[in-house]
Amino acid sequence: MVPFAYTSVSDPLAAIERAGGGTGVEYIAGGTDMLQLLQEGVRAPLELVDINGIGFDDVSVAIDGVRIGAMARLADVADDPVIRERFPALAEALHESASPQVRNMATMAGNLLQRTRCLYFRDVTMPCNKRAPGSGCAALGGQNRVNAILGNSAQCIAAYPGDLAVALIAADAELMVRGPTGERTILAENLHQLPGDTPHVETVLKPGDLITAIWIPIAAAGRRSHYLKVRDRATFEWALASAAVSAAFDDDQVLEARIAVGGVGTKPWRLRHVEELLTGQRLDRALAREAGERAADGASPHEHNAFKVPLLKKTVERALLRIAGLQGDEA
Amino acid sequence: MLEVDQDRARADHPHPQHAFVITLRVNDEDHRLAVDARTTLLDALRDRLHLTGTKKGCGLGQCGACTVLVDGRRVVSCLTLAVMNQGRSITTIEGLGQGGLHPVQQAFIDHDGFQCGYCTPGQIMSAVGLIQEGRTRSDDEIRENMSGNLCRCGAYTNIVDAIKDAIAQGTDPREAMTQAVEAIRQDAEQGGA
Repeated sequence: MVPFAYTSVSDPLAAIERAGGGTGVEYIAGGTDMLQLLQEGVRAPLELVDINGIGFDDVSVAIDGVRIGAMARLADVADDPVIRERFPALAEALHESASPQVRNMATMAGNLLQRTRCLYFRDVTMPCNKRAPGSGCAALGGQNRVNAILGNSAQCIAAYPGDLAVALIAADAELMVRGPTGERTILAENLHQLPGDTPHVETVLKPGDLITAIWIPIAAAGRRSHYLKVRDRATFEWALASAAVSAAFDDDQVLEARIAVGGVGTKPWRLRHVEELLTGQRLDRALAREAGERAADGASPHEHNAFKVPLLKKTVERALLRIAGLQGDEA
Repeated sequence: MLEVDQDRARADHPHPQHAFVITLRVNDEDHRLAVDARTTLLDALRDRLHLTGTKKGCGLGQCGACTVLVDGRRVVSCLTLAVMNQGRSITTIEGLGQGGLHPVQQAFIDHDGFQCGYCTPGQIMSAVGLIQEGRTRSDDEIRENMSGNLCRCGAYTNIVDAIKDAIAQGTDPREAMTQAVEAIRQDAEQGGA
């Protein structure tokens, strides 16, 4: 680890002031991804600002939605009775993230901002445009089994690894952000950016921006939802493909739907065209299958990850069968 | 204000520091030690406090060998900085058995829950945390919730048996607390009678 300075603050405005001043000053909260990146030399901040003292760690229920503090730990939100009952896809995504120990440590906002698991991003001896802009992409011609099939650019094919961000898109979640110039709201769907020619720029956040809360509007609480995660082993593993599906039904007719997928895109990936396909239709096995078939439209797989195309299709189909109550797990 | 800030104020260094004198509360004892900002809680426990029961495996949060309890919750001590853990109560494997083996330790021995033993302190600390969480209603649930602890010898079957036995022996701390509260209530009733 390269030496860094450390300070801790209890006032969020003091944190923003420290981190907003310039480059090299980063927040540390749960620390579970930051410590890995520091240990492997992927990140070398000049200063870490410990924000564990600022609060923002509760779940509060209002008449028009649920507000989850950005500093709430994954384990606590996953176990929150309102989240479990009203937003099952969110609770499932959290329960299936990381390990019990890490879920006790990691924060909601930190989880959203976790960095890719692309082998080459985390190996400082290899080229990586995301870690060292302009150095090249070793994944394009290397081991790219875990890499993305959607949203790739000529500079980067790193998959966004998280589960929570995918589930939040399907819940129409918004992020409350406080920064050097004041407060603003960002749709969870708009937090992450495509790699394009600037894969090192991953989100719309600016230096000093602090996510303070996640807001989930009440509309999502009235929908049926499910998060299905497919991975190499049963637990404690990142998704090869995942699907967060959320839909409001009138009997078995879909009134509105949200579909987002993970493990396959360079950012958490919303499938609007699949949502449109479902809207107004009766969700039966045939429609679930058709929706699954469309889930990988536009995919650009590489040497080792073409298997993600059929995997993604079946993942979306199975998740839809589940919310349709069609015992679809054998699909 | 964390003590780290008090130290800074005392030293008249209003700026962020690279090195700190901190106090860690480990196994109900306060330890004062000098650490670099980079020192993980794991390295502070092992190399500075010489509590080598906590093991260093991967250093990346993947193996669970370094599991300890912080404020009663299980965490991996390799993924947190020592300086971030001031004012918290840390329990390591050395702090479990007060004057003897903790029931979970005894259950691991009784069920042969290890071979080489390197992952064992982490497994035991994780099991203690798990039992407190109460996610032990089936073998599958125990396995799922012990997934943060790897055992390269493959003692998993016996580890699950050991955890079930420890629960059967009534080591669930919530249950123990309920019993203790009940005992105090009965004592009070007798005292008042």
